[in-house]
Parts: sequence; structure tokens; C-alpha cells
Amino acid sequence: MLRLPKFELEEPATLDEALALFAEHGSDAMPIAGGTDLVPNMKHRLFEPKVVVSLARIEALTGIRVTSGGELEIGAMTTLADVARSSAVQERAPVLAQAASLIAGPQLRTMGTLGGNVMLDTRCQWYNQTHFWRTSLGYCLKKDGTECHVVQGGGKCVAAASNDTAPALMTLGATLVFQGPTPPGESKANLREIAIDALWKADGIVNKHTEPGEILTAIRIPAQAAGHRGAYGKLRDRGSIDFPLFGCAVRLDVGTDEAVTGADICAVALVARPSHVKRIEDELVGQRVGSDDFASAVGRVAELAYKQCRPMDNSPGDADYRREMVPVYVRRTLHAAAQGAGPVHHV
Amino acid sequence: MRVFRLNVNGDDLEVAAPAHWTLLEVLRYELGLIGSKQGCDKGDCGACTVLLDGSPVLSCLRLAATAEGHAVVTIEGLMPMHKARGGDGADVVQDAFDRCGALQCGFCQPGMMLSARALLNENPKPTRGEIHDALAGNLCRCTGYTQIVQAVELCVAEAAGVEPAQPAWSADANGKKV
Repeated sequence: MLRLPKFELEEPATLDEALALFAEHGSDAMPIAGGTDLVPNMKHRLFEPKVVVSLARIEALTGIRVTSGGELEIGAMTTLADVARSSAVQERAPVLAQAASLIAGPQLRTMGTLGGNVMLDTRCQWYNQTHFWRTSLGYCLKKDGTECHVVQGGGKCVAAASNDTAPALMTLGATLVFQGPTPPGESKANLREIAIDALWKADGIVNKHTEPGEILTAIRIPAQAAGHRGAYGKLRDRGSIDFPLFGCAVRLDVGTDEAVTGADICAVALVARPSHVKRIEDELVGQRVGSDDFASAVGRVAELAYKQCRPMDNSPGDADYRREMVPVYVRRTLHAAAQGAGPVHHV
Repeated sequence: MRVFRLNVNGDDLEVAAPAHWTLLEVLRYELGLIGSKQGCDKGDCGACTVLLDGSPVLSCLRLAATAEGHAVVTIEGLMPMHKARGGDGADVVQDAFDRCGALQCGFCQPGMMLSARALLNENPKPTRGEIHDALAGNLCRCTGYTQIVQAVELCVAEAAGVEPAQPAWSADANGKKV
């Protein structure tokens, strides 16, 4: 039995009330969205906030809408199940719908939110354990200890970013809207919109640049190219549930002549931040999808990914096996995107 | 302590419990509804599955306070709600699990049956693949999945008045009965 540590629960009905609570309690307070990551982490004593602020009653944070400019705007508290089955998301950002559909199992997708998945804590097999387990180990660099058990003698935490939606949103060029406390004397909402690529830093302890007291309120996805195609591939222990051992999101822009005009691949669950696979457009742009030249370009891209992606011993899966799976999943996911299919995963 | 106003199995209840308790803790230790099981207690196993406004959620990860204002259904509610709808005896899902022997130790059953109930409410004619997807968040460590899937297929077939599909193990790769 795992009991939660004691905390005070606040349930504000508006964003302003929530921001006031964070301003009042500072670092003693933590926001809870779906709770599917924070609750187990609190049960493991990885977080012991004095005040937990539930965002569940703030209606303004939920919903998916398409703006007049063709942009998708998704409230941070929209559940992953709603993102996965939304026809607007499936049409305009298939890679995001696929990534959301592969997160955990049905119950967790009903509870978990898109904002919560973007802001997910990094994971490591030496960290996501009970307090008893971690005490026996002597703790680790990320929490309560001074030693890294992944990199012997390492001084930097390498816990893995494990959020499936993050690479999907990166290939789509999404932006994140944060709202912070309104400074005294001001009446305008204190909004900050950043590209999702600018959120990350390569530090497993906290892998995001955020300002104190701010809340992620919405995710904006710009209108994609006319021939936009996307797919998500996910390697995991059990196809029914589980965090990724490796995940890759693919964007392919295809012209009317079926030739690739733009491409992006983003990988996750390797190191502390999701990252783009570099120099892939040099290989793919100009190739007609479905042709032999396209297939050989996909092979070269898979090699590039193999060279650039180095999984560490931070998740339960064997790091060497995960690395060998990188080109396999990149190749299959690229072909799935080209065919307008996906997601790519095993059962 | 705080007072939670919960709607459980159709009853409006007021129950006092520590403010940080999960829905599962309130159900089991304050309301005595021990049908929802405390398995891994961290969202892996699905034994604590309850329906919240008809959708399966994990009560071990849901703070009791955030269940206020929603209709909670536990395994204890399936049969009374089936009768309230004019049904006879147990819910058809429970009846099918019983007839198919879809249990060994039984620990995963309440969660399995609620996930199956939610699936059938939303999609009365699921395919075998859709059944697998809907039950993906419920682990059976006796690994008795075959009879569980068969039980859900039995519900579907009987509702449609057709012969239930044979389980995968009853034929070889060429479709010949074994």
C-alpha cells in the first residue's frame, strides 16, 4: 500500500485564483492536472508539496478549437483521450493524435492531460521507485543523493524525457502559452508564449525553463503545409501500457507531385530532453514518396538517427537493444507517415 | 479532514476523510466498498478501476476531492444499476464472466468488468481488437486473458443474437478446430 504524504488541497475555479495561490505559497505549492504522474511520484516521496493546487475546476483550460487562421489551440487540461479522438487533431496534426493514443492505457488517457504530458517529470529506473527502495540504494543525483547510478562518477542527471507528445509537438512547431502572476498595478494578463523547442534544457533534474508561479494554459499548433503528413512510433515493453523506451515523431511535407518538400524527426526517451534528428532534410527533400530513391533515403536517415541517438541505462529496457531499435522505428515511422498511416508500435 | 460530497452507484453521500485521500481510499476505508482493489497503488495494474461519468479511471490516482460532481460507479453498483434498468439478475458482463470462467484469483475482475462495461456502453459491437484496446489498462497476473476476451465477445454476440466468435486457441493457423 502506498499512501500519499499529507498536503492541503486547493481547488480554484478560475485561473486568477490559481495564480494567486502560487504567488502566496511559492515553491511550497504544486499544480496537479490529471495526477497520473504527480500522484505516484508523491506516493514515492519524490515530491512532498505542502499545498497541491488542482486545476480540474478551471473550465477555461479545457477544449480543442481551430482558429480562423487554421491554427489548433488545445487547452492544457484537455485529456489525452480527447486529443487522441478529436477529428480536428487527427486531420491537422495526425502525429499528435497518434502519440496521445499510445500513451499508457485507456484509464490513464482518460485522466492524463496534454499539458501534464508536456510538463511531465523526467524518468529514470533509479528514481521512479518507492522511498524504501531509494533509501536502500542510497538515493541518486536527481533526488536526495549525490551519486548518479547511470553514469558512474557523472555530475549531471541523465533521467529521460518520457513524454510522447513532446516530440510530436516539436515536429509541428507548436508554441506553449504560459500565464504568470499579474504584477501589482497591472491589469493585463501576464502571458508568455514560447516555441516548444525553447522549453527544454539538457538537465534531468528539471529539464524545462519555466518562470516561478506560472501555469501552462494552452498549446498552439500552427497550420501545417498543404501536404502535411505525420506519424508516431513508440518502442515499449508492453504495447498496452508503459512509458516509451524510445519514441520518434515524424513530419513529412509532400508536394502535389508526391515529392518531399520538408521533413522533421524528433526523438524522445533517450536523454534528458527530446531532440531533433539533424540533417535529415538533406536526404529526404526532393524524393518522391513510395519511390526506390525515397526508400534508400529513408535508410540513410535511419543511419543518421542511429548515429545521433544514444540511449542510456536510465530506463528498464536494455540500452544496446534500444539503440538497435532506433533505426528500425525511424524507418518504419517514416514509411508510415509517407503512406498516411501509423502509429507504429508492437502489441 | 474534510467532507466529500460524492455520488457513488447512484447514491448521494457525504463522507468525512482526510483531504489528501485518494478516491480508492475513501471507497474502501470509509464507505466499505472493497470491490475496488488496491493492487499496485500507482497506476500500473487497473485493479482499482471505477467508472467516472461512464469512463474508466484509476481510483488509486484520483484524489477523492476531484471526484466530487461526477457520478462514480464501482463494481458493487453494476448489478443494482442493471436491475434499475429493468434487467434481471447480475449485469450481463458479470454473467458472461461467470459463465466463461473469466477469472482465476479474481483480483483483476472488478476492474476488468468495469472496463468492459464502459466499452459496451460506448460501442455495443466491438471487434476483438477493440476489446483488447479497451482492456489494455487492466492486468491479469494469472494471465487468463483468453476467457476474459471471450466473455466480452459472449456479451456482444448474445446482445446481437448470433453465435459467439470462437476463441483464438480453439483453431489452428488454418482455421481447423483443435
